[in-house]
Amino acid sequence: MKRLFKIRKGLDINLKGVAEKSISKTLTSKEYAISPIDFHGFVPRILAKEGTHVDAGTPVFTDKATERINIVSPVSGTIKSIVRGERRKILHAIVEADDKSTIVDFGKIDLNNISRENLSDLLLKSGLFAFFRQRPYDVVANPDDEPKGIFVSTFSKMPLAADFTYVVEGQESTFKTGISALSKLASVYVGISPEQINTDIMPIHDAEVSVFNGPNPSGNVGVHINKISPINKGEVVWTIGAEEVIFIGRLIETGKVDLTRRIAIAGSGIQQPQYIETLIGAPLADLIEGNVNKTEKHQRIIDGNPLVGRKSSMNGYLGAHTTEVSVIPEGDDVDEVLGWIMPRFNDFSTNKSYFSWLSGKNKQYDLDCRIKGGERHMIMSSEYERVFPMDIYPSYLIKAIITGDIDRQEELGIYEVAPEDFAVAEFICSSKLELQKIVREGLDILRKENA
Amino acid sequence: MIKKLFDKIRPNFEEGGKLKSFHSVFEGFESFLLVPNTTSKSGVSIHDAIDSKRIMSFVVIALLPALFFGMYNIGLQNYTLAGQSASWFTYFLYGFLVMLPRIVVSYAVGLGIEFVVAQWKKEEIQEGYLVTGLLIPMILPVNTPLWMMALAVAFSVIFAKEIYGGTGMNIFNPALVARAFLFFAYPTSMSGDKVWVCDSQFFGLGNALPDTMTQATALGEAAADQAVSGDFWQYVVGTMPGSVGETSVIAIAIGALILLWTRIASWKTMSSVFVGGAIVAFLFNVSGLDSNEVAKIPWYNHLVLGGFAFGAVFMATDPVTSARTEKGKYIYGFLIGALAIVIRVLNPGYPEGMMLAILFMNMFAPLIDYCFVQKNISKRAKRMKVNND
Repeated sequence: MKRLFKIRKGLDINLKGVAEKSISKTLTSKEYAISPIDFHGFVPRILAKEGTHVDAGTPVFTDKATERINIVSPVSGTIKSIVRGERRKILHAIVEADDKSTIVDFGKIDLNNISRENLSDLLLKSGLFAFFRQRPYDVVANPDDEPKGIFVSTFSKMPLAADFTYVVEGQESTFKTGISALSKLASVYVGISPEQINTDIMPIHDAEVSVFNGPNPSGNVGVHINKISPINKGEVVWTIGAEEVIFIGRLIETGKVDLTRRIAIAGSGIQQPQYIETLIGAPLADLIEGNVNKTEKHQRIIDGNPLVGRKSSMNGYLGAHTTEVSVIPEGDDVDEVLGWIMPRFNDFSTNKSYFSWLSGKNKQYDLDCRIKGGERHMIMSSEYERVFPMDIYPSYLIKAIITGDIDRQEELGIYEVAPEDFAVAEFICSSKLELQKIVREGLDILRKENA
Repeated sequence: MIKKLFDKIRPNFEEGGKLKSFHSVFEGFESFLLVPNTTSKSGVSIHDAIDSKRIMSFVVIALLPALFFGMYNIGLQNYTLAGQSASWFTYFLYGFLVMLPRIVVSYAVGLGIEFVVAQWKKEEIQEGYLVTGLLIPMILPVNTPLWMMALAVAFSVIFAKEIYGGTGMNIFNPALVARAFLFFAYPTSMSGDKVWVCDSQFFGLGNALPDTMTQATALGEAAADQAVSGDFWQYVVGTMPGSVGETSVIAIAIGALILLWTRIASWKTMSSVFVGGAIVAFLFNVSGLDSNEVAKIPWYNHLVLGGFAFGAVFMATDPVTSARTEKGKYIYGFLIGALAIVIRVLNPGYPEGMMLAILFMNMFAPLIDYCFVQKNISKRAKRMKVNND
């Protein structure tokens, strides 16, 4: 029995340069980055020093708090350098890949005869456990918790997002194996889009499947949790990306860690928007070089989609959770005269003072990264509420976070949210507040206080 | 070109530059002329093109029909009372000349204070006063002396807005606070029958009217237990004495359409003000309060008389001071409409209740929101209890 949820609030943003469903190449790079910063809440201790040789699947970092969660190398090679940022914070370990790829073999697993503990240990050893995130706090999950559920969303409505139906093509059974493995740890809830009902990822056994129909952020796993089984204080749920479920499926089927994923390369700055198969941690330059439009204008390279992705550069690396890389105009070299009163046909807005509503819903926009206004206090009411489908008052929650009122944050449901849930609200915010940053900092403070 | 000019003079205004103390003013002008090209550093990379500058500009645009009609009406009333007639253009020009110094003074005083505060707090200049600055001359009687208005502007910007933290943080609508300030400080200049028609000449236009020639507003007449002059259609068109921007329901309706279409004003608040007013006025109509002329004004006339429509469209819907929860907006609006009529009917001293009703409900808006937010909170608390049992 599938449950159907109709999501009304939200906003789809139509951007130019959606990736075409074709694969240009399977990419192999000379070096890869292993980045503990991609795993929020993970405090890294270095296991493999500079100069040591690692196989694909060898732990490079372990979490200081638990000493059990590992991050492993995606390839075999030599640790070339450990890159540190401010206050000696570890940013990446760079692995120089060698030609003969040696992979750690964990042995094939019989799902019917493996205990919860053994499976959990295997995921910890193989570095795949680090991909679990927990709510509250949206950080790397704690292996000692017993979550009340594991939630997986198999689609994203974010602009320029990779289409999981295409990403999973040919690997459907591996995905299902991954789901079956998850069901050994806790009950699994999978949220799919209506378009996926008749595709090969269905039927999914060992999980409760729900269909979510509606605009962005209906693909956010946070929305699914809120509708199916909202989190209360003291409860923990885990989430994991659908692509990462495939990693687990591969481990179960082959006994080996294989962090290959199909990444969408998208955005108006890309000549041929399409998909590329590569390993996580690959240099972004290898993914997009030669495919970026040659213009005088500045371009922004985003590790992720334009709403929740990180600003990156040609020197950046593919993030561990990244499903798409987008390139859009930066806009810091654009000077628009009297924009506040001009009709501005090419600027997308939900506000009808712009005449973009005349162009209809199917027009694709080429938006740049300008904030297009100054930061203000919250002036308009119910702006966020209009695009925020969870049963939460987002503007009141944001205010509680800004004022640091922890009790009120708890009452208003901060345990249920992750920064990404506020992405659409941040997009439309006329006061130009950095909602995702506010929520991230709020969650971090709360986590520290409750620890 | 504009860009080059700004780039050239920018160093003067930056830290260490000669004109550092005008930094906010410089930024204000720059962002007025050019869309800021600062790009996002964290969070979303793309943004909706809307910003508060455009929102405020659209409210100002929505106010223009009422303002222009008000200008025309100033001339019309002056000439009619003097027993003369002239072309509509003369009426308008006269009204324009009467209003111009009032608008200039309002902006000069209000923006002056905002500039100073912005500079002091090292913030950008905020646009909130663009709307307030136009609203104040529009809701005052045309004969209010300029110095009085300047005083009211200063009072409201400082005490109704800046001490709360500026645009977006105030509890009371600053324009209404300005009016209320004058109403309590200088009552004789704010009501009665001497203030509604401009009585002096401007640049050779208009007529100097002697004190004996005065006219009250329709509500003023009713409050004095006189028969009310005019009929429904005159009230709708607005060719009668009253605060400058408030008389023409047609002009206000054009503004309302702009605000609703752009979703700057909430249709929930706006419509429930009218519903609340209509129901209460209807109840008074059938209540049989025969001695009270105001109670006998038909309910549909109540909605088009005085500042009711203007308040419902431009004041009650102020997003900052109104209820912020969607369901709260129904209650907030309804109570404003209801209270306005109650004050009109039952308060013998003052014929117009809209101002006090809105200010009163400004105070209660957070309480209304509190109830709805609390409902969400207790739902969550209950859910937790069920799960933990």
